[in-house]
Amino acid sequence: MSVLVVVECADGEVKKSSLEVASYGAQVAAQLGTTATAIAVGEATEANLAKLGEQGITKVLYDAEPRLKEFVNNAYTKLIATASEQEQAKIIVLANSNIGAAVGSRLSVRLKASLATNVVELPKTDGGQFVVRRGAFSGKAFSDVVLGSDRKIIAVKKNSIEAKHEAGKTAEVASFTAQLSDADFADAPTQVVMQDQAGGVLLPEADKVVSGGRGMKGPENWNLIEDLAKALGAATACSKPVSDVDWRPHHEHVGQTGITVSPNLYIACGISGAIQHLAGVNSSKVIVVINKDPEAPFFKAADYGIVGDVFDVLPKLTAAVKELS
Amino acid sequence: MKFLVCISNVPDTTTKITFTPDNKEFNKTGVQFVINPWDEYALTRAIELKEAAGNGTVTVLNVGEADTEPNIRKALAIGADDAIRVNAAPQDAYFVAEQIAAIAKEGAYDVILMGKESIDYNGFQVHGMVGELLGIPTVAPAMKLDLSGNTATLEREIEGGKEIVTVNTPFVASCQQPMCEPRIPNMRGIMTARTKPLKVVPPVGEPARTTVAEFALPPKKQGVKLIPAESAGDLIKLLRNEAKVI
Ligand SMILES: Cc1cc2nc3c(=O)[nH]c(=O)nc-3n(C[C@H](O)[C@H](O)[C@H](O)COP(=O)(O)OP(=O)(O)OC[C@H]3O[C@@H](n4cnc5c(N)ncnc54)[C@H](O)[C@@H]3O)c2cc1C
Ligand SMILES: Cc1cc2nc3c(=O)[nH]c(=O)nc-3n(C[C@H](O)[C@H](O)[C@H](O)COP(=O)(O)OP(=O)(O)OC[C@H]3O[C@@H](n4cnc5c(N)ncnc54)[C@H](O)[C@@H]3O)c2cc1C
Repeated sequence: MSVLVVVECADGEVKKSSLEVASYGAQVAAQLGTTATAIAVGEATEANLAKLGEQGITKVLYDAEPRLKEFVNNAYTKLIATASEQEQAKIIVLANSNIGAAVGSRLSVRLKASLATNVVELPKTDGGQFVVRRGAFSGKAFSDVVLGSDRKIIAVKKNSIEAKHEAGKTAEVASFTAQLSDADFADAPTQVVMQDQAGGVLLPEADKVVSGGRGMKGPENWNLIEDLAKALGAATACSKPVSDVDWRPHHEHVGQTGITVSPNLYIACGISGAIQHLAGVNSSKVIVVINKDPEAPFFKAADYGIVGDVFDVLPKLTAAVKELS
Repeated sequence: MKFLVCISNVPDTTTKITFTPDNKEFNKTGVQFVINPWDEYALTRAIELKEAAGNGTVTVLNVGEADTEPNIRKALAIGADDAIRVNAAPQDAYFVAEQIAAIAKEGAYDVILMGKESIDYNGFQVHGMVGELLGIPTVAPAMKLDLSGNTATLEREIEGGKEIVTVNTPFVASCQQPMCEPRIPNMRGIMTARTKPLKVVPPVGEPARTTVAEFALPPKKQGVKLIPAESAGDLIKLLRNEAKVI
């Protein structure tokens, strides 16, 4: 019996969300009196994988098959299922990402496991039940779910678990092969197109976000948002109407029908705070609202607010951030 | 081409979420239910692809009790040809996936479309489970879907970019913006929807693997601290020294 953690890597590095997943898995293992093994997917370096020891992982399995560098649903599912059999894993922990959820749902059927996605806390295991808290109703509530099967799969929401970090500890990196065949790669993407990040921060991974709404008046004013984001090392985001009229790309749209973010800091500029928008951002740790209308509903969900004109306030904030460093 | 579009019946996006006093159930009192917004992309795209091909059928499927029928009729009014309701409360995602897989198999559907995720339970999982149950690919979440003969080309969103994926039918895809402009029913659609076939079938398969023990609401905010616009820069100091987030 052990805990298997699925660690996503890109460009040689372990993704931040996967460090959280690794730490979550190690803590579950400790709760159950066992150890946590990781299986790494994507492009990784041995040195970075060994560093997962800092999150409490004892062993990392890595299949150097070159076609595994990009996400292939079937191949990843088989790889992880094979690792899970080898390690006799009762619990598999992965990220609630577009990779983790895709693989997790297939694995749950293949391994006859019960699955909880969007999980925000460590499990409660007292009283003979295994209960996890997950986000539901698009950020408006939580549900405590009992995982009934012998095997369990947990997909952990980004930025809801703090990655523990014990400097200097290393994990053993072991080579591993799932004996994948060409057929397992039949659903490989024909092409992967990455966004032009140009030094920017990726929204789903960001721990600070500066977001603009219709109050920004037009795409030509987004330099104000970008300047503050750059100074803070934040990602940029927007409300739905802003992406609907193509002022900003769709992948920046947050809310109930966009992406859900839970950064440490969310700064909303010229956004009214409609319930559908709040649903996507209200699990942020600190919310700042800048709006010229003191009655804007967003102020009710905010920790800090400035009643004022974004065109006046944003440059002042950017200047103040630059003064800090 | 036979399209199967799975729709979930969810509380309207403006709903204030509350639970029964024991926190065991969602409080439906006064709540308006709608077709899950993401499922509207699946439905509209299926209708568009059928129209472009000049032949085919679009069947909508819901796993739910009789109170979901107004939204099934709405989907028929938008342009689906017929509907199936599996007569059972959707106990959990695996239970729902089993029902969808059984219907898809029996009806030999070529393209099974869903929404990205339900806005009530936010599982983002039924599509993967159905693909695995049927042994066919799932592309989730898809931002674009085109068909040429039996081959589909899709754009799948990934963190920080997108993948172009080509699959042959049958396959499962879960849909999101900007795939299409979701349609709304017109008068003629509403009239014809009344007489379109809606078949009610009993559930199959194994029981659910998960149960909800309890629901909870997020903690209330303390209240906003306002900073005068003239001294906006002070906010940054507060974020550093008080909130400690920068
Ligand atoms: C089914 C459904 C799903 C939806 N999903 C989403 C979703 O996922 N995400 C989302 O964001 N929305 C969503 N919406 C839309 C949502 O209801 C709101 O319409 C939208 O969030 C409003 O965007 P906004 O705040 O940018 O614009 P507005 O509501 O127009 O607000 C603009 C704000 O800017 C302020 N302002 C104007 N000028 C200035 C200035 N110079 N300085 C400072 N402040 C200024 C105004 O006071 C106002 O509060 C959805 C709606 C529906 C029906
Ligand atoms: C009365 C009631 C009690 C419930 N109790 C539980 C419980 O105890 N435990 C639990 O885990 N869940 C429970 N649920 C949630 C319910 O089972 C969900 O519908 C199911 O889990 C799928 O939601 P999801 O968020 O996982 O779907 P997702 O994976 O997010 O949905 C993806 C897509 O699948 C399709 N889809 C989802 N649901 C349906 C459906 N019902 N019919 C047709 N297509 C669908 C839609 O296209 C949707 O966009 C309950 C729901 C109700 C109404």
